[in-house]
Amino acid sequence: MGLKQNLHKLKGKYKGTKMEQTFNALHTFLYMPNITTHSGAHVRDAADLKRVMNTVIMSLIPALIFGMFNAGYQHFGQINGFPQESFTFLSTNFWNLDNLLVGATKILPLLIVSYGVGLGVEFIFATIKKHEVEEGYLVTGMLVPLIMPIDLPLWMLAVAVVFGVIIGKELFGGTGMNVLNPALTIRAFLFFNWAAWMSGDKVWVHGAKDGIMNAAGTDAISGETILGTLAANKPLLHSAQDMFFGFIPGSVGETSTFMILVGAAFLVFSGIGSARIMISSVIGAVVMGLIFNGLVDSGVIVEGSKFYGLMNFPFWQHLLVGGIAFGIVFMATDPVSASQTATGKIIYGFFIGFFSILIRVFNPAYPEGVMMAILLMNVFAPTIDHYVVQANIKRRMKRLKVKTL
Amino acid sequence: MIKFARFIEIFNNHIFKNMSKDIRIKKGLDLKLKGEAANKTADVTRSKVYAVNPSDFHGVTPKMVVKEGDNVKAGEVIFYSKSDEKVKFVAPVSGKIQEIKRGEKRVILEVLIAADSQDVFVEHSIKNPNDLSTEEVKEHLLTSGCWPFINQRPYDVIANSADSPKAIFVSGINSAPLAPDLNFTLDTKKEFLKVGFEALAKLTQGKVHLTTRSDANFLPQTDSIVFHKGDGVHPVGLVSTQIAKIDPINKGEKIWTVKIEDVAIIGELFSSGKLNLQRTVALTGTGFQTPLYVKVISGAQIADVVSSNIKDGNYRIISGDVLTGDKKQKEHFLGHYHNQVTVIPEGDDYDFFGWNLPRPNKFSIYRAGMFSFLTPNKKYDLNTNTNGEHRGFVLTGKYEKVFPLDIYPMELLKSILVKDIDQMEALGIYEVAPEDFALTEYVDVSKQDHQLIIRSGLDMMIKEVG
Repeated sequence: MGLKQNLHKLKGKYKGTKMEQTFNALHTFLYMPNITTHSGAHVRDAADLKRVMNTVIMSLIPALIFGMFNAGYQHFGQINGFPQESFTFLSTNFWNLDNLLVGATKILPLLIVSYGVGLGVEFIFATIKKHEVEEGYLVTGMLVPLIMPIDLPLWMLAVAVVFGVIIGKELFGGTGMNVLNPALTIRAFLFFNWAAWMSGDKVWVHGAKDGIMNAAGTDAISGETILGTLAANKPLLHSAQDMFFGFIPGSVGETSTFMILVGAAFLVFSGIGSARIMISSVIGAVVMGLIFNGLVDSGVIVEGSKFYGLMNFPFWQHLLVGGIAFGIVFMATDPVSASQTATGKIIYGFFIGFFSILIRVFNPAYPEGVMMAILLMNVFAPTIDHYVVQANIKRRMKRLKVKTL
Repeated sequence: MIKFARFIEIFNNHIFKNMSKDIRIKKGLDLKLKGEAANKTADVTRSKVYAVNPSDFHGVTPKMVVKEGDNVKAGEVIFYSKSDEKVKFVAPVSGKIQEIKRGEKRVILEVLIAADSQDVFVEHSIKNPNDLSTEEVKEHLLTSGCWPFINQRPYDVIANSADSPKAIFVSGINSAPLAPDLNFTLDTKKEFLKVGFEALAKLTQGKVHLTTRSDANFLPQTDSIVFHKGDGVHPVGLVSTQIAKIDPINKGEKIWTVKIEDVAIIGELFSSGKLNLQRTVALTGTGFQTPLYVKVISGAQIADVVSSNIKDGNYRIISGDVLTGDKKQKEHFLGHYHNQVTVIPEGDDYDFFGWNLPRPNKFSIYRAGMFSFLTPNKKYDLNTNTNGEHRGFVLTGKYEKVFPLDIYPMELLKSILVKDIDQMEALGIYEVAPEDFALTEYVDVSKQDHQLIIRSGLDMMIKEVG
């Protein structure tokens, strides 16, 4: 193989130069390196961090593809009216080229900017700090476009990615050292700087910001999400089936609970994603949802209250709308920013679900809580682990005391 | 009726008096490799040169008592430990001290002995350990050069002869990949094992624990030990696992451990008066034409051990098993404690898109584009490639799947990396040896060297706590 030998020679040539890190990143992308063990376990598992990250990226593909079609579907549906009768998941009214084109032209640029800028920062830092270019951003770069509103200006995204990678990750020491989930750091940065582009009823469907008028002279496109509708105590236009399959407005990749579940199954099966976190998050969300439903049922919250819409929303449907499913499956499970102990993961997951619904209901200005819930629990994850590990330490101390008695 | 009485007696012995336990290990991994040794023994020629390698004895600084050119008998002391003068190390064969190889700062790397064609042994008197006091047994083990067989927990180093351990643990299970079949290698050693265990029983006020598989055929008939049954996957054969399940070690306590093959050597010393360091060594791995057993003396040159059985090509020679052994060249020597030589292909080659394409010839516990989970009984010919670059700790919850001790492995590793002595102690460093982290090292996608980290942590503890 000529390529293999040539690259091997080049590797020697670039060693010690400024090009070393960049070259090695590209080289190891093409070829698994020729590094061998020197002691201890002389054989090692076939999986490395690249393979792990690659698996996470693959699990995001279904949500990405659905997001592209849905972008067009929402756009044309708002203008021309949604197809009414016998609309099923495999309907050609959804899976058609027109829809895909709208999605692709809007979402691929987001993806390219996310990867281009993010990896650029990573390469620069690797060169300065003389370490390998690490894989962490491969997943972050894929997550970022999926949690953005479709019409987000690309320059904003670029600024946010630079901020997120430098402040959220590199300052902590790079991959494996960050406290907060980098993708959510980027989203939070955008949210607090350009709230008008990140929330409200004008950003979730392509074209809503442009103010396309319909025949009646009103805004053709209202990009309101289900949560927005509920927070405004307006009647819902979507069925639970729409919500589950994802034929609703929202961030690019978050709408289809079905596609997210496909990704979740893949993650758990491959042994990469933590089923513990996912399941306990769902339980946390269900508990909070049931509490709110109970408040409505027992008459504490009555129609007319500003919380009525969201509190009356059936607890299980809370899991189908907004970013909660996406957040639980792909962001809460980020092993670096999540709790690391088995018991800790259960506690951590539970509170993510619990707080997601809590924030969602009590913050009508921004009726989505999963981002805040995950960032909050990212901060508390080390504390949770500390107490879990402490229990193990106490058990050991107790054994010692029993012995010495 | 006699049978029934015997049953009652065994029942009493095991359940009430000796508290026999059944251990079942589910958290672990049996790496299935090609190249298992066939149950037959081949002859190999006697090496011209044998070596005692002080680095086999972790933490020992040797003080030489012989010089180059001296003649020694098999079993004659050639150096002792600087920190504990009673602990002696002996020549495995008789011959002439050919060279004392030194490295930087005159550290002794190897003591080479040009072997005589026939061994002349140092003659010890034949003794029955049951007639001896604890001190006499200790004395005999120390002067004969058997003491280095006795290791201690904590720290996984040679035991301090002044201590009295709370228990002694011997593992009768070899669960490491391709490890020698004890039913084969110990078949003829039953009597020596009996005497060896009786000697060990003199060293502790507590119990001597022996854990075996239920089909073990080498169980010595003696009351001096407590038998346990071990079942399940590797690391069921590691003493740390057995200690944790039977009688966990606490801060301030000492437990001694001896390899079962070495118990037989101790037994032979008492029975015959000679220290016979001949071992039945398994030649395993795909680097051998015919994987089988050979009888060689400890410290033999690797080239003579593997002889013409080894295949030509780019292979890694490991003294020991693939998880914990030492990398060797043909001109190096068999490790003092090793009963196995493994030869596997070197992996110093690039692998096109090796990080994302499925690789049917590799094994992974992850199902991340790897399909080895579909063929759970397939045997693999793994090479020494790390299958990826070194990274920070990222993935969590995976080490625990192959780690049966009640310890948080990643937290312990991290506490060692930041040199937090108190935390290391609290997290259970006294209970572990580097070999316990071989499987977590194997499954680590960040390719960190766990065993080296643990060893450095244990050394830190020896220095700071003692």
